[in-house]
Parts: sequence; structure tokens; C-alpha cells
Amino acid sequence: MQTKRTIFSNKGLPYALLFPQLAITAIFFLWPAGQALWQSFLRQDAFGFRTSFVGFSNFLDLFTSPQYLNSLSVTAVFATSVAALSMSVSLLLAVAADRMIRTRNAYTTFLVWPYAVAPAVAGILWWFMFNPSIGVFSYVLDMLNYNWNHTLSRTDAMLLVIFASTWKQISYNFLFFLAGLQSIPASLSEAAAIDGARPVKRFFTIVFPLLSPTTFFLMVVNITYAMFDTFGIIHATTSGGPAQATNILVYKVFNDGFIGLNLGSSAAQSVILMAIVISLTVIQFRYIERRVEY
Amino acid sequence: MVRMTFTAGLSALAVSLTSSVALAQTEVTWWHAMGGELGTKLEEIVAGYNASQSDYKVTPVYKGTYDETMTAAIAAFRAGQQPDIVQVYEVGTGTMMAAQGAIYPVYQLMTDMGADFDPDAFLPAVVGYYTDTEGNMLSMPFNSSTPILYYNKDIFEEAGLDPEQPPETWGQLEEFSRTIMESGAAECGFTSGWISWVQLENLSAWHNQPIGTLENGFGGLEAELTFNGPVQVKHWENLKNWQEEGVFQYGGPGGGGDAPPKFYSGECAMYMNSSASRAGVLANAGDFEVGFGMLPYYDDVEGAPQNSIIGGATLWVLQGQSEEEFKGVADFFSYLSSPEVQADWHQFSGYLPITQAAYELGQQQGFYEETPGSDVAIKQITLNEPTENSKGLRFGNYVQIRTIIDEEFQELLSGSKTPQEALDAVVSRGNALLRDFEAANS
Repeated sequence: MQTKRTIFSNKGLPYALLFPQLAITAIFFLWPAGQALWQSFLRQDAFGFRTSFVGFSNFLDLFTSPQYLNSLSVTAVFATSVAALSMSVSLLLAVAADRMIRTRNAYTTFLVWPYAVAPAVAGILWWFMFNPSIGVFSYVLDMLNYNWNHTLSRTDAMLLVIFASTWKQISYNFLFFLAGLQSIPASLSEAAAIDGARPVKRFFTIVFPLLSPTTFFLMVVNITYAMFDTFGIIHATTSGGPAQATNILVYKVFNDGFIGLNLGSSAAQSVILMAIVISLTVIQFRYIERRVEY
Repeated sequence: MVRMTFTAGLSALAVSLTSSVALAQTEVTWWHAMGGELGTKLEEIVAGYNASQSDYKVTPVYKGTYDETMTAAIAAFRAGQQPDIVQVYEVGTGTMMAAQGAIYPVYQLMTDMGADFDPDAFLPAVVGYYTDTEGNMLSMPFNSSTPILYYNKDIFEEAGLDPEQPPETWGQLEEFSRTIMESGAAECGFTSGWISWVQLENLSAWHNQPIGTLENGFGGLEAELTFNGPVQVKHWENLKNWQEEGVFQYGGPGGGGDAPPKFYSGECAMYMNSSASRAGVLANAGDFEVGFGMLPYYDDVEGAPQNSIIGGATLWVLQGQSEEEFKGVADFFSYLSSPEVQADWHQFSGYLPITQAAYELGQQQGFYEETPGSDVAIKQITLNEPTENSKGLRFGNYVQIRTIIDEEFQELLSGSKTPQEALDAVVSRGNALLRDFEAANS
């Protein structure tokens, strides 16, 4: 394929055109990130009167702290579960909705609604439904002889935040999957059907591989969602408890920095979080994207 | 809601009207954390002050929760945009005190500005929490409360207990709970808000047990926690056993949001929480009569009951303002601690009166006879002369230590730790935070 190159006679123009984007990146990403990096090497009281340079000691403290290691594993479990669950449920819904001819738009509209709900509100909704004293679901579970109590049981608490976060993200994933499914020509599936492939076989050998760009994109988005955007849900439901069972990294950053006013440690944690996200994205693009067929 | 906005609008209008009258007014900003009914009342008090004189104008600004208000004030201070007055909760006291360059101690402010100020007029049990080791008042108490026992008289009666007789000791509380549960009058004996504040800090003070070394941290930053004494361990062991048998039901971490509904719905017969919850309890206990009592104690512990300690918030003055503004702050504080204003606020909210005069005014008005239970809190904090162990507590990073207490309590209830292990963990994790704070502030 031939690409047409545009030559700018003016050397400054491309930079001028790029400037707004560069300025935004510098002001809203590079500058705060640099601040966080610098702060992570300092120890400071809340008001900023006494500052001392402590080198890597904030980082060392973190990696020897059982609470931080716990937060790492909690985040891994949480993010993987949310991404896996929300993507599989929404794929299922998208496939189901895709088969509908006349009602498709109605289903799509209804399924998009949860996306309009703010994370904190979503959290409160689920907190209400599963509240050990007044919740509908905990009442039903009680009749089934399961004593649901997310204020004490680590498993219950983790399940609660996973459900709430998944529910919230299903709409988004659903829309992308549905669009992805609609862009796959029906003739491919039809040809396979003539060859005698059953629906399940057709899905896994034809539709799913052709969906892989969408799936890959959603995976990146969902992992990022689970690691950052679920803050509101955690804050409104469990506040990281019980006994730090749902204290994901981003919540711990907030808690230590804004509630505990331990700025050095909080900054060190955000630097680590930044490193984790950067490396996850690199891994995803370098290794997984190769297996994606566009 | 409509009415609230309306009242707020009215007071805002009143404020703007008065400000247009006298342009030379000095403006004093007050960041606070009182939402809802309390916030409306606070604005009413401020409007009353603004109308009472024409030199100063106090502007109250609601900044969200206690955490948010304190964080906002600190961030503002770092940026040089701090308010004159900020309301800080009791667990933030250690942090504020250590920030010597940032705060203007109230006793000093009042003397420097020549304001009418008599430290002896204040209730020692309230002010003691906020004084330095020499007894100087560092911040102005505004809303202080102490935990008390609420109980459902109807359930007591149904279970064949005397509805006028709340349990006095933990032994009685257990006995009453079992009678209630066996009679089927209620599912559970008791629940509690604020596990950290009620079932550990106040438990310690009430039994005259040290919370930490160096006078519970009043003596300096080197203090260490000593929560893991025999009385505390025994109490947590009881709570754990009672929870298994259903005598006690856990209401969740922090304030314990699940505890009030358990009491309101009649699921639990008794409930321990702040005296400032009184209005809320009465409003929600629609179909039963509420009784009030002091916190229970263990009668085999020598010196119990001692006195309970307070919680709530005080007003701190931040440095870096003009002398004129500080004069306004001092004047406003004099108004705020006047008996009429204090008595009004105390009777409306259930918070403790901060001065002896406000308490006496309430007595003259016959308030305590008309509203039974409203003086339990005052009697409880003034039961005995506060000791080193029951004066209060003062530790840095205490907000996080409160969280640790909640976490370890959850570990205890879920069965992964014994009471001794849980409290030992509170102490060792808490001490690590205290050492961090010491390092950052010295």
C-alpha cells in the first residue's frame, strides 16, 4: 500500500499543532507523576514543616509490610475476577441480543442503563441489597441457610465488591461486543452452518477469533477499570474491610495519603501502581496483541 | 430538604444583608463538618452572632466529613489559603498539636486579643482532652459527646425485667440479655457503634486502665500503646463469645453503621453509642420507649467505674491571618462559649455543654427533668476526677490506629485471632505508626 506523506514547509507548525496535546500530557500527567515520584523519596509531616529525604525507605517499608503485600494479592484477585466475569457475562448477553431481530434495540437500551449509574451509587445499591441487617439478598440467603455478612467474612466482602464492580462494567463491555458481533459478516457463519458446524462450534471457531480485537481492547480497559475506577464502589461498600480483605492498591493509596496523611508512603504506593499499570499495558501490547487477528 | 435549603437561604440572605450594611466588616472563615440538621443549627448560631454585632462576619463553609474537612484544611494551609477556624475531630488532635507552626493555641489567642476568657469556666472533663501538659487550652471544644447505653423499655418489660432499671455491670448486661433472648422478646442482647471508641478506648478509661504510656500520650511523642492489658483482653474475649451466642451483634467498622438499625428495628434490646445520637434514636424509635443508662463496667476491676472520655470535634485556629481576623475569631469564640448559645446547642444536639454555666442554665430551665436521659452523659464524664488514664488520649496517626482497631476486632470475630493476639497486634501495628509519626515530627 502506498502512503502519502505530507511535507510541512514550516518546521514549527507540527509542534504548534501538537502543542495542546503535549501541554495537557505535561500538566495533567508528567507534572503530577513527577511530583509523586519526588514525594515518594521524602518523609514529611502533614503540614509540610519538616521534610527529610529518606531514599528508598518508603518503598522498603512497603515491601516488608504484610498489609501492602496483602493489598497486592487482593488487587490481583479482584482485578482478574472483575475483568473475567464482566467480560464473559457481557459476551453472553451480547451474543444473545445479537440473535434478536426486532427486540435488539430494546435490550441494548436496557442493558446500557447500569453504565449511567455513578460508581458510588452502584456501591450503595449493592450495599443495601446485601446488607446483613436490612438487605433483600442477605435475607434470601439466610433462608437458604447461608449467613451472609460482608462486615466480617472476607469472602463475602470480596464477592460483594466483585459483583458490584462487574455489574457496573457489563454495559460498557456489552456495547463493544455487540458492535463487534455485528461487524462480523453473517456469510461466514452461514457457510460454516452449511458445512454442518453447530452453533457452539461456529461461535468458538469463527465468531470468537474474529472478535479478538474487541476482546483484547476490552481486556486492557477492564483491567484498568478494576484497578482504578472501582474506588467509588469500594469506598461506598466495604471501605477496604473487613480486616483489609478488599483493600485494593488504589484504595490504600487514598487511605494512607488522605485519611492517614502519610504522604511519603502514599506517594511511593502510587509510583508502584503506576509502574504496575505501565508494565501490564506493555505486556498486553507486546505479547497478547500478537495473537490478535485484525 | 426544601425547608433546610430555605432556612439556609434565609440565613445566607441575612448574612448578605448585614454585610451590605457595614462594608468595613472583617470576614472570618470557618470550615466545618456538620451536615444535615446539625449544619442548619450551626448556621443559625453563626447568623445569630453576625446579627449581634457589626465588626465581624463569620462565614461557615461545609467541607464534608471530618476526614475531608481536616485534609482540606491541611492542603489549604500548605497552599497558603487556610481558613481562620477549622473543625477537627478528636482523633486528629495529635496531628494538629504537633503542627506547632500551623496552629494558634486558643488560650494564647484569647489572651493576645484581650478577649473575655476564663479557662476555669469550662468543664474539665471536656477541655482536659484538648489541653497541653500545663493545662492550657489548645482548641475550642464545640461538639463533644461520650458513649452511653440506650435500651428498649418495651422489650425489657416483655422479658419480665424492670424497664426502669438499665444494667449497671457487664455481668448484669449479660444476664439481662440472656433473659431477653430466652423470653423471645428480642433476638439479640446488645449492639454497639464505634467499637474502637466505645469498646476499647472508653472501656479502658471507664476501668481506669492505661490506653498508652506517658499519660495516654499527653506527655510526648514517644508514647506507646498499652491496649493489651488484662481488662481489655477479657472484654474482647467476652465480646467474641457473646457474638457467637448472639448476645452481641457486630455493627461494622468505624461508626458501626449497621448497629442503629438493629436497635431501631427491635432486633437488639440494648445499644451503646454517642450521647449525640440521642435525637436520632428518639426519632427512629417510633413504636417503643427508650431508656438511657451509663456504660456497664466490670465490678471486679478496682476503681471502676472511673469516668468516660469524650469524642467529637473542636475548633482549631490556623496561623497566618491578620490581627483583625484573629480578633474576630476571639470575639466569636466568646460568643460561642456563652451559656445561652452553649445550652441551646447542647440541648438541641445531645452534645455535652462545654461550660459549667451552660449546664447550670439547663438545670434552671428544667431541661434535664423534662427530657429524661439527657444528663446521663454529663454525669458519666464527671463521675470522678479524671485520672491519667481517663483524661483522654493523644496519639499521632490516630486515625489509622482506629482503623487498625477495627481490623483486628474483625480478625477476632471471624475467629482468625484470639483476643490476646488481636490486641497485641493492635499495639504492635499501632506503635509502628506512632514511631513513623515521631520520626516525621521531630
